[in-house]
Amino acid sequence: MIDQVPALIIIIPLFASLFLTLVGSLGHRFSYILLIAALAATFACSLLTLGLVVDDNQTIQYRMGDWPPPLGIELVIDHLSGVVLVLIAGCALLTAMYSLHPAKQDNPDRLNHYYALFILLVTGLLGMTASGDLFNLYVLLEISALSSYGLLARGRGPAYFATFKYLIVGTIGACFYLLGVGYLYIMTGSLNMVDLTALLSQPELQESVSVRIGFTLIILGIWIKMALFPLHAWMPNAYSKAGTTTACLIAPLMTKVSVYIMLRIMFTVFSVDYIFNSIAWSHLVIYLASAAAVVGMIAALAQSDLRKMLTYIIVAEIGYMTGGAWVANASGFIGATYHILADGLMTLCLFMAVGAVIYRTGDASKTAMRNLFQKMPVTAVVLVIGAASIIGIPPTCGFFSKWYLIQGAAQAEAWVFVAALLIASLVAAIMFFRLLEIAFFGDLDATDEHEGSQHGHGHHGPAVAREEAPLSMLIPMVITAVAVIVLGVYTKEVVNYFIIWSVPVGL
Amino acid sequence: MYSPSFYQIAPVIAVCASLAAVPLIALSGSRPNLREFWTFLAAGIKFAMVFSLAGWVLAGNVVEVDLIRILPELSISFRVDSFGMVFALVSSFLWIVAATYTIGYMRGLQEHAQTRFFICFALSLCAAIGVAFSGNLLTMYVFYEMLSLSTYPLVAHHQDREGRAGARKYLAFLLGGSVGLVLPALIILFVLAGTLDFAETIQTGIVPEGTGTTMVVILFFACLFGFAKNGVMPMHAWLPGAMVAPTPVSALLHAVAVVKVGVFCTTRVMLYVFGIDLMDELNLGIITAYIVSFTIVMASIIALTKDNLKARLAYSTVSQLSYIILGVALLAPAAVQGGLIHIVNHAFAKITLFFCAGAIYVATHKKNISEMGGLGRVMPFTFGAFAIASLSMIGAPPVGGFITKWYILVGTLDAGQLAIILVLLASTMLNVGYFAPITYKAFFGKPPAGVTYEPGIKEAPLIMVVPILVAATISVAIGIFPEYMMQFVKMVIP
Repeated sequence: MIDQVPALIIIIPLFASLFLTLVGSLGHRFSYILLIAALAATFACSLLTLGLVVDDNQTIQYRMGDWPPPLGIELVIDHLSGVVLVLIAGCALLTAMYSLHPAKQDNPDRLNHYYALFILLVTGLLGMTASGDLFNLYVLLEISALSSYGLLARGRGPAYFATFKYLIVGTIGACFYLLGVGYLYIMTGSLNMVDLTALLSQPELQESVSVRIGFTLIILGIWIKMALFPLHAWMPNAYSKAGTTTACLIAPLMTKVSVYIMLRIMFTVFSVDYIFNSIAWSHLVIYLASAAAVVGMIAALAQSDLRKMLTYIIVAEIGYMTGGAWVANASGFIGATYHILADGLMTLCLFMAVGAVIYRTGDASKTAMRNLFQKMPVTAVVLVIGAASIIGIPPTCGFFSKWYLIQGAAQAEAWVFVAALLIASLVAAIMFFRLLEIAFFGDLDATDEHEGSQHGHGHHGPAVAREEAPLSMLIPMVITAVAVIVLGVYTKEVVNYFIIWSVPVGL
Repeated sequence: MYSPSFYQIAPVIAVCASLAAVPLIALSGSRPNLREFWTFLAAGIKFAMVFSLAGWVLAGNVVEVDLIRILPELSISFRVDSFGMVFALVSSFLWIVAATYTIGYMRGLQEHAQTRFFICFALSLCAAIGVAFSGNLLTMYVFYEMLSLSTYPLVAHHQDREGRAGARKYLAFLLGGSVGLVLPALIILFVLAGTLDFAETIQTGIVPEGTGTTMVVILFFACLFGFAKNGVMPMHAWLPGAMVAPTPVSALLHAVAVVKVGVFCTTRVMLYVFGIDLMDELNLGIITAYIVSFTIVMASIIALTKDNLKARLAYSTVSQLSYIILGVALLAPAAVQGGLIHIVNHAFAKITLFFCAGAIYVATHKKNISEMGGLGRVMPFTFGAFAIASLSMIGAPPVGGFITKWYILVGTLDAGQLAIILVLLASTMLNVGYFAPITYKAFFGKPPAGVTYEPGIKEAPLIMVVPILVAATISVAIGIFPEYMMQFVKMVIP
């Protein structure tokens, strides 16, 4: 039985999604419970799988229907994909718990269909991570993309239009990827990743222009999907108009999984030698990544819409991870991988907190933050922890990923990237302290009329009623915030047990 | 003497005592007396731990505690040695004194958000002792950041436009320096040396041989300016801005804990990371000495122009902090001793001065020096203490500041830096210039035209005056009997 666990990670949510489309008549509560149960089971399976991988310190190769690769479908779960699976399943479970109230608010009708798409998206993400085959990866990529279009379009205001743009760009990205896979298939006759690794290491293919074009197309496709600067323009609009729960699910995970796929393509399908010696783009990519980090953060600083701000932060974070992957040393790779986990958690933390603010105030701009500490103290603390992690304040996990990334950049003497990381941190600090000042002390412009009397002596301003988010939102929020700190404190364990094993040979 | 295992736990308790007090303070917000009891309890435990460690350190021991290994090659660890002990003793002792005074001040002015105030105060003391006891650069950095963040709400305490502007500037300089300069320097150092633990002795440092000169120079100056709490120009601008905070904050934090943490980190890095040999070889010491000399003189000149008492004291702090760095940068044993003992001497004197400023404000609501003529006659204890403490700033015997000047002068002669002697002379003159008139006018002057005092002005409440007198008395005591603290300093550099 336990051998079948890897397959269950994908099968459970897939079937749950099918059931969810059928159970509309049983009411909201039933769909919610079904969703939670399915995701909890998935999470348990992914934990179990990770346990198996760590126990034996070896990769699990699961053959669907026992068809041998390269013909059959193969799931490959090693330390890296195992831990990413846990991240996805965990974040999805937390978001599902969180969705009880806001999802109902955003989807008064047909909640079960919303949940069906929700879990289908999770299926896609899990599948992409576990897949050991380039073409299956494409199929699952499309599954997750299509369900994300559906989810995003259910957002507010001009969400249709923003999603349409995303659909066009996303499809182009997927086409690039597919085209690239086509080139590789023509050259090698295989789609299985492990198989490809062996085939591509032949000297004549190392030199082949077609393979190089294939690689270029795949990487470009992934970059579009992960919104690497300057291919990021679709993202802020699409994500910031989404419903609260949708944003919490998609924003932290979609881009992280794309980064994971980039790492897979770079270091599993191709090799360190091929990427950094034959292709030798790394200088250019590091510049792109540095630009992404700085431009993303500065753009975030300029936003007044909270969620748009957060999406621009993601643009910057994507820059961090890309840079870490391309500086070509172990510290950079560890930084990038660790940052997948860290960033997944901290953006989830922030999106949840902001979602709760929007849920309570109905306002998505900075003014919604006014007196947040008095109104919603728990949410405010969660926000502070998320913000601290983005800025990189110890002991949150954001500090340690930045530590590894800067260490990697310094070893590679990529000073531009070091500078970009530091500038981005400082800009993030300015951004969040501006926000927290409003949240903590209220908006100064709004309280100007009180200024005469308000010299801070025994005067408290008008009393603010406490209006905390409902418990179903608070619990997952607090769990995420605690996870941000726990991940930081246990950095050594995470690196030693999971990440160190996946550092590619030759770095 | 306790068993050695006690000394393994003592540093942790010393650091965490005030951290543990935080939830207790928060929960007893509606009962002020209970709340203040927790502050005192934490302060008492903290000082007791530090003091018991002091005896152990004097016996020639160094306590090393590995708390958690946070990265495979790096841990959060404590190391209690004589160098850190100087600062830990001063700040943990002064917390008790300052806590007493703070209660009088905050209640006297009926300040708002007192619970938040005491929470942040406790947190910042945890961070200060953490810095003093940190065993490697990472730990030091973590506590350094914690101190910046926990003092931010204290600076913004009044929540008005001025308070927020001051707090913003505060964070901009401190975080800008630490994230922008210190953090990359740390990581590069880690890449080069493979460790961030402080060296065993002050001679060698941990920078590996064969590191490029340019790199060493860049790292060194990143640390000198990055630890912006040390107030070296041009990174000093946050300190006058931070004076919008309530006076107890200015007294304990911006005269002792925060700024001394800056100086402590700077000197710790100079001696235990770069080491005397390397600094000597690259002439980094003498360059630093000239940089801080500029700060000493310039800050004193600016102080002359300030009429607001706290602003004048702030610039005096900027100037005095650089004495400490100057002493260490001269690298001659006597000068290093003089610099380090100034951590103690300046702390007691400057906290007295700020306490006086606060007492004057509570009693009269006056902030400007020009409005203080004649006040000394109604507030003799306050202004008497002020006079004694300003003597220490000037460096006159028998107050502590004299010891500093003496050692630094001897060290300057040893190092053969005659130009620095001129700096010291000029600075002393300037100190006289901006401190003497305050006392003189208070006792012998008249209130300026147009300023009238409300009838019935008298000394501030006893709970404020007693800490003032205690701090002033100790200022004199360490001038006459400097030996206790000098023992620690002499263990750093014989």
